[in-house]
Amino acid sequence: MFYRENGQFNTTYAEDMAVFPIRQDRIGLALILGVAAIGVPLFGNSFFISSVMIPFLVYSLATIGLNILTGYTGLISLGTGAFMGVGAFACFKLTTAFPNVNIIFWILASGFFSAAIGMLFGLPSLRVKGFYLAVTTLAAQFFLQWCFIRIPWLYNDSASGAIEVARRTLFGFPITGAQASAQTRYLVLLGIVVFMTWIASNIVHGRIGRSWMAVRDMDIAAELMGIRLLPTKLTAFAVSSFYAGVAGACMMFLWYGGGEANDVFNINQSFNILFMVILGGLGSLVGSFMGAAFISSLPTIFKFGLPAIGINIGGATAEHLTFMVVGALIVIFLIAEPHGLARLWQITKEKLRLWPFPH
Amino acid sequence: MKPTTTTKYAVALAALAAITALPVAAQDSVTLITNSYRTGGFSGSGIPLGNGMRDYIALVNAKGGVNGVKINFEECETGYDTKKSVECYEQAKAKNNILYLPWSTGATLAAIPRLHVDKTPLLSMSYGLSAGADGATFPWVFNPPLTYWDGASVALNYIAGKEGGMDKLKGKKIGLIYLDAPYGKEPIPFLTNMSKKHGFELQLYPVPAAEMQNQGALWLNIRRDKPDYLYSQGFGAMSPTAVKEAVKNSFPMDHFVSVWWAGGDNDAQAGGTEAKGYKSVTWHQVGTNFPLIQEVIKEVVDKGQSLTEKSKVGEAQYNRTVYQGVLVTEAIRNAQKLTGKKVINAEDMRRGLETLEITDARWKELGLEGFAAAMKVTCGDHSGHNKAFITEWDGAKWVKASDWIAPSTDEVLPLIAAAAADYAKTDGWPKRSEACDAK
Repeated sequence: MFYRENGQFNTTYAEDMAVFPIRQDRIGLALILGVAAIGVPLFGNSFFISSVMIPFLVYSLATIGLNILTGYTGLISLGTGAFMGVGAFACFKLTTAFPNVNIIFWILASGFFSAAIGMLFGLPSLRVKGFYLAVTTLAAQFFLQWCFIRIPWLYNDSASGAIEVARRTLFGFPITGAQASAQTRYLVLLGIVVFMTWIASNIVHGRIGRSWMAVRDMDIAAELMGIRLLPTKLTAFAVSSFYAGVAGACMMFLWYGGGEANDVFNINQSFNILFMVILGGLGSLVGSFMGAAFISSLPTIFKFGLPAIGINIGGATAEHLTFMVVGALIVIFLIAEPHGLARLWQITKEKLRLWPFPH
Repeated sequence: MKPTTTTKYAVALAALAAITALPVAAQDSVTLITNSYRTGGFSGSGIPLGNGMRDYIALVNAKGGVNGVKINFEECETGYDTKKSVECYEQAKAKNNILYLPWSTGATLAAIPRLHVDKTPLLSMSYGLSAGADGATFPWVFNPPLTYWDGASVALNYIAGKEGGMDKLKGKKIGLIYLDAPYGKEPIPFLTNMSKKHGFELQLYPVPAAEMQNQGALWLNIRRDKPDYLYSQGFGAMSPTAVKEAVKNSFPMDHFVSVWWAGGDNDAQAGGTEAKGYKSVTWHQVGTNFPLIQEVIKEVVDKGQSLTEKSKVGEAQYNRTVYQGVLVTEAIRNAQKLTGKKVINAEDMRRGLETLEITDARWKELGLEGFAAAMKVTCGDHSGHNKAFITEWDGAKWVKASDWIAPSTDEVLPLIAAAAADYAKTDGWPKRSEACDAK
């Protein structure tokens, strides 16, 4: 009744090709952004922001990164955790070497380092596919993780082997380090995520994105149509790793605020993000957000949300429950709805258009 | 009139509500939330560690709390995952936790930069950041009774004692088998220094975290190199595997010494009776032969309020967190004395920890005579570098195998000072502004 495009006419080509052609979608998006940018920092408490919203945004960014590779280009990667690590260490090295440059600049720049590493490990993708590619990216994961421990230069020879996040400011407000409030860190992160999602949306809807999807659907056909496979696959690796790297830098600098990088950027992290992609929906940006929201918030909801409404389950039980629910959902989604939450959302929207007279 | 079933239920319910509601309202209390890991790959250590603390606090509360103040004790499950630990830290902060007990190196490192902002003290009992012992740089971090460097030093002193003096170490080969992570690498700088000074050869055997249960190839190297002694800085599944491999490769078990975290009952049990002679550095006794532990059994375990089996009370890791419990309650007591308040907050707790001292007489009063050495923390020294001893696995249980051994503080302190100074170079690291309390 409310969600339909009756009476909305496109009079230009640009309007016709818009990402959100329906007015209600645009209003909805503006509403969500408004709530995220104003409502959450204003009304959310610091626990909610730092333990629910910030992890959600960081994971969204990483999931978009992997989705570009796996969902849009059809190349499987199990090295996302390590590529995030490259971003975190690059950002750490850059900001300790050049402390006067703004940290946001370095967070974004660190993506280039992981993009370079990602391209290097993406080279075999021209020859190997499917499981074999998964294995080569697994090698990247283990090799890079080994580097994070074994090259003391990466963590400035600190005895603890940990990244120490120093205080960095923006317009005089501390945005990293212990003095930075959850609200400021959240707003900076939100800015980065919105900006990068906008870029990603433009890439996947443009020429590059279409060539990725052509390669995904059938690489021989794509080649016959004049798409060069090597550059296409390598750009997918580069862009994907870029996003992962920025997500890793955000994770260390805006969420954890320092710590032992090795136990953060491990193989579990890679799998976790792959699950987010699968559950959210392969080849969908909105799905990336949904998958990240679901998997990153579920444990928190079980552990802290249920006791808050009076259902007192132990921490260990909550942990087991999370494993079971996520595991079961992945199996169910792979069988029943391989396109994930994004597809469910799309079906809901189609149904809504016809509601309440589906004839 | 006969009361109907509904009325009976209603009355019972009302009575129950009254019982549960009253004490909460009447009693003063402080909140203590500890991280725990009863799930995941490290739960083998996490479960006994969680149970010891839980039971000790239950006993304290059963006896009326600390000076009449009950401890609202909660566990926050982390699965030994830093991400979840960070979440637990935030949650604990929101609930006015008086002391953060991180229970993992990753969680400790992630929390340290925030402590002075959130004004919460952190107690990492003989783990975490060794440099944290420097009270002038880290006023909010406490790591008594000794650091990893002290542990390695105690092990080395013990080995030297067996060989007949430090000078006899010359030309010997000492191997270090360690978890290839910041935790495992801790003793390397200390042992490297000592090897240069005393002329022994230090050989490194790193075990990658992913290969914890698959050390076959590594032990081939150990067999080839034939180190005279082996010191293990292992944790979780790595330690029992190392013991098993040592038995399989017929490494002389009495030349195999480990840090306290690799000295759990489950670690040594993996080697069975053949692991007899396996040694570990520790700072507290095992077993139930102490009046306080007996009281825990009587008041908590026998009443069915514990999560542990009775047979596991008194195991190495169980007693370890009983020790931690004593540190915490003694610090609360100190803080109450210093501030004159009954219900203390986190900032008071920091002062309580900084003046912590448990003498032999106090251990006896607590019902733990001979359980641990006298320990002391000062304003400048948040570890105390207290005495430890070597314990030996006799095939079925741990027994004390040496006298109390003091670490070589003259070797350890300069390392700590240097590491702390290095940490404080981070931009924005504050100078200590907290005043020291006189004892």
